[in-house]
Amino acid sequence: MPNAEKKNRAELMDFDTALELFEPVLGFEVHVELNTKTKMFCGCANEFGSGANTNTCPTCLGLPGGLPQVNKKALESSIRLGLALGCEIAEHSRFARKNYFYPDTAKNFQTSQYDDPIAHDGSITIELESGRLVTVEIERAHMEDDAGKLTHMGGATGRIQGADYSLVDYNRGGVPLVEIVTQMIEGAEHDAPEIGKTYVAAIREIAKALGVSNARMEEGNVRCDANVSLRPRGSNVLGTRTETKNVNSLRSVERAVRYEIQRQAAVLAGGGTITQETRHWHEDTGITSAGRPKSDADDYRYFPEPDLLPMAPSREWVEELRLTLPEPPAARRKRLQAAWGFANLEFQDVVNSDLLDAVEATVAAGASAQAARKWWTGEIARLANVAGVAADSLVTPEQLAALIQLVEAGTLTDRLARQVLEGVIAGEGTPAEVVESRGLAVVSDDGALIAAIDAALLGQPDVLAKIRDGKVQAAGAVIGAVMKAMRGQADAARVRELVLERAQAIE
Amino acid sequence: MPYLTKLSAAALSDLLVRKEVSAVEATRSHLDHITAVDADLHAFLHVAADAALETAAQVDARRAAGETLNPLAGVPIAIKDVLATRDMPTTAGSKILEGWVPPYDATVVARLRAAGLVLLGKTNMDEFAMGSSTEHSAYGVTRNPWDRDRIPGGSGGGSAAAVASFQAPLALGSDTGGSIRQPAAVTGSVGVKPTYGGVSRYGAIALASSLDQVGPVSRTVYDAALLHDVIGGHDPLDSTSLTESWPSMAVAAREGLKDGALKGLRVGIIKELSGDGFQAGVTQRFNETLALLVAAGAEITEISAPNFEYAVAAYYLILPAEASSNLARFDSVRFGIRVNPHSGSLTSEHVMSATREAGFGPEVKRRIILGTYALSAGYYDAYYGSAQKVRTLIQRDFAAAFSQVDVLMSPSAPTTAFKFGEKLADPMAMYINDVTTIPANLAGVPGMSIPMGLAPEDGLPVGLQIMAPAKADARLYTVGAAIEQLLEERWGHTMLSQAPALTPTEMFASEEGAV
Repeated sequence: MPNAEKKNRAELMDFDTALELFEPVLGFEVHVELNTKTKMFCGCANEFGSGANTNTCPTCLGLPGGLPQVNKKALESSIRLGLALGCEIAEHSRFARKNYFYPDTAKNFQTSQYDDPIAHDGSITIELESGRLVTVEIERAHMEDDAGKLTHMGGATGRIQGADYSLVDYNRGGVPLVEIVTQMIEGAEHDAPEIGKTYVAAIREIAKALGVSNARMEEGNVRCDANVSLRPRGSNVLGTRTETKNVNSLRSVERAVRYEIQRQAAVLAGGGTITQETRHWHEDTGITSAGRPKSDADDYRYFPEPDLLPMAPSREWVEELRLTLPEPPAARRKRLQAAWGFANLEFQDVVNSDLLDAVEATVAAGASAQAARKWWTGEIARLANVAGVAADSLVTPEQLAALIQLVEAGTLTDRLARQVLEGVIAGEGTPAEVVESRGLAVVSDDGALIAAIDAALLGQPDVLAKIRDGKVQAAGAVIGAVMKAMRGQADAARVRELVLERAQAIE
Repeated sequence: MPYLTKLSAAALSDLLVRKEVSAVEATRSHLDHITAVDADLHAFLHVAADAALETAAQVDARRAAGETLNPLAGVPIAIKDVLATRDMPTTAGSKILEGWVPPYDATVVARLRAAGLVLLGKTNMDEFAMGSSTEHSAYGVTRNPWDRDRIPGGSGGGSAAAVASFQAPLALGSDTGGSIRQPAAVTGSVGVKPTYGGVSRYGAIALASSLDQVGPVSRTVYDAALLHDVIGGHDPLDSTSLTESWPSMAVAAREGLKDGALKGLRVGIIKELSGDGFQAGVTQRFNETLALLVAAGAEITEISAPNFEYAVAAYYLILPAEASSNLARFDSVRFGIRVNPHSGSLTSEHVMSATREAGFGPEVKRRIILGTYALSAGYYDAYYGSAQKVRTLIQRDFAAAFSQVDVLMSPSAPTTAFKFGEKLADPMAMYINDVTTIPANLAGVPGMSIPMGLAPEDGLPVGLQIMAPAKADARLYTVGAAIEQLLEERWGHTMLSQAPALTPTEMFASEEGAV
């Protein structure tokens, strides 16, 4: 283990013991990157993956003379997000400059909001796996522009320490963000890590349902800063908090909160004190390490942005936007699970695979819920995984519903249906067209089946004798042969029935 | 054809439109004159001779092809170096931007190009427009054409001196607390600070965003109006740009030439902008001008604007606060010079610090420190917060005044041009020089300075400031043109025809005397 790593690895207290001694107090700042076509304050494309510094202009590069213009779509998305979080939308809101020097911040100030955020005083209720409901109060949601991206070159770690030089790409600079800040979350107790994960998941889900963000944590569309402090049992004085920055997966949020509780408990129990600081989360090693000291006296010299006019979103507009809100994701999940009659695990499987929309649309197109679930989370997910694409990009809900209907009508067996699905994915047409062109329908003509069965029984007289002696399991060999002869296009159950009948009937 | 440099933009435009003179000839005359006099005056930081002649040739070709062009097409103009130009260095008078050529044009520059004006070059200024004398330029001082030992005003001393010395009939300036009007006053030229939001700031290197305004510099009110019509109007790239449509300033200026234009005009004179601190000759010329106005049928009322007393103090909190943030981007990362520290590691922080240490002059550093302090937690309310309240009170003073009168008048500056070095050691003395011009910026109202004579004690130009309610810029042009005509009738000549000759070439030009 390198020395630096050793130094970072702190003593940890067992989680349960930590909870016996201390009460964790949480707070989260979640940044949601909006998926507007253009940036927050200029006309440059808001696009992930373009060539370095290609989506830039005098304004987002912070060139002398550049001036900002507010992206109205970003304002609209921010208001909708605020409404979905149950927030009040400010009648008067304005931008403020947050002044600090850093090379990824082109203007050396971030255009953010300070005392007049666009949305404030909301709450969302999240449900933990135990069924416990937790209401998280939202203090504010404000608009701001993102920073560029630094890449540290040379050195062993890719981190700034030891780097020879750094490259900066301002494509992300000026991309619109909404920062959602919670009130202090008390009473989390043992659920603290899960609350972190579930809360961030809920924000992500709401942003996605609203269509205001691509909400992909792996691309940094949703980023979480987790604040954790510990209060000794019996005390009503808050402990010193740490802010673990940029925790970028749900699992990491859970792990980071747990780690900080265990680390801080060990420090406090050992007679130490917690330093108010930002901490970095290390995905690979599962630890946090000290960043820069952060105090409440951190002075960003906020003042109202003089290059932008204050905003006064009209109440009419806000109410119009309220009407565009989709059903809250949690309520929708509850409704769909009940309607479909799925067990918790079945439902979770659908949700976690991001297939809720697909299943819902498939049911709407006439398929049974269970069949839709089985196909989407089974065969289609498997094929998508192999192809490395999203499941819902392979077939449409309508195509799948048609396929399921063919199975339910007895036209296709599951095995045949999988072949039809292949044909549909290969672009050979609708399921019905694939059945036709590939000649895949189940043979339901008993005459043809009987002829094949008789031929098979007579070809295997020893098996025939066993069946006649009541050893029905011997029928398997004959069924296999018949299915083979029918090229699989027979209903195995019907074949079995007929085999038993014919074994007694034929000469 | 050296006489061409003596013409007003309007007169030159007439010759161009009638094809009696080509744009190339007009441009060459001005370039020749620059060559003759500017080595000494140093109004220009950069002269774009080839590009100017090329533009002029294009204008001539288009005119020859029968195209209808803007009246100012082919008329040369000088650009204050605070405005981004994609084909000329743009330094804002600072070392930190030495050699920087922006990849884009300021909106006003783009409008000049679209109208076919000929861009002669970039003019000197106090570094980042901080100053009232152009002594704070990193590239040396500009001399006042009336007295080469005196300042041409600031921050736009280069633009004013260029126009006053006939190197260009027109120039662009920027006015944050008087940087167009005060140089106009001390050089005997005309300068206008439009209503805040009337002219786009996109591409104007920001000093104090809530105060900055780009405007025209010229030798006649009518010329300023023609230029205002080209650069003004809404720009979606500037969020503080007003969306209304504006009347033609040129039409408004022509209104002022009609008989009786001043009859019944209600003029307010501000009690707080007179008396102590005002040079005797300045006060004398101001009173004479008022007498002339009364004779022309105007009514004069003395108005008290009690909060103007706090204007300079409030201004020197708001301006540094905004400037400290606006100037943060000068960090060596994306543009401008980069200076490595003498010792220590080459971290971005150390390089930024070394660059800013070497690249900014003392006045810029002073104001960055002031502004950073004024915005600091714990001081914000006492300084920036209080200053904003004063600003509101000053706006109320203006509103109360304009409920009684049509325009307000004062001397444009308390004194005539002072000598180099006279106020350099005492920043407060320099700051207080802007006492007359600052209130208009704090309130966002338009202001104009026109010449109103020479102070008897030193023979140097004195400026009259006229202010109108926000968005009533047209009124300034009507009143300004009327007073200009009244004064010139009384003098029997224009103000600048009395300026001392600068070179033998200049004397020859004077004899040709077209004005």
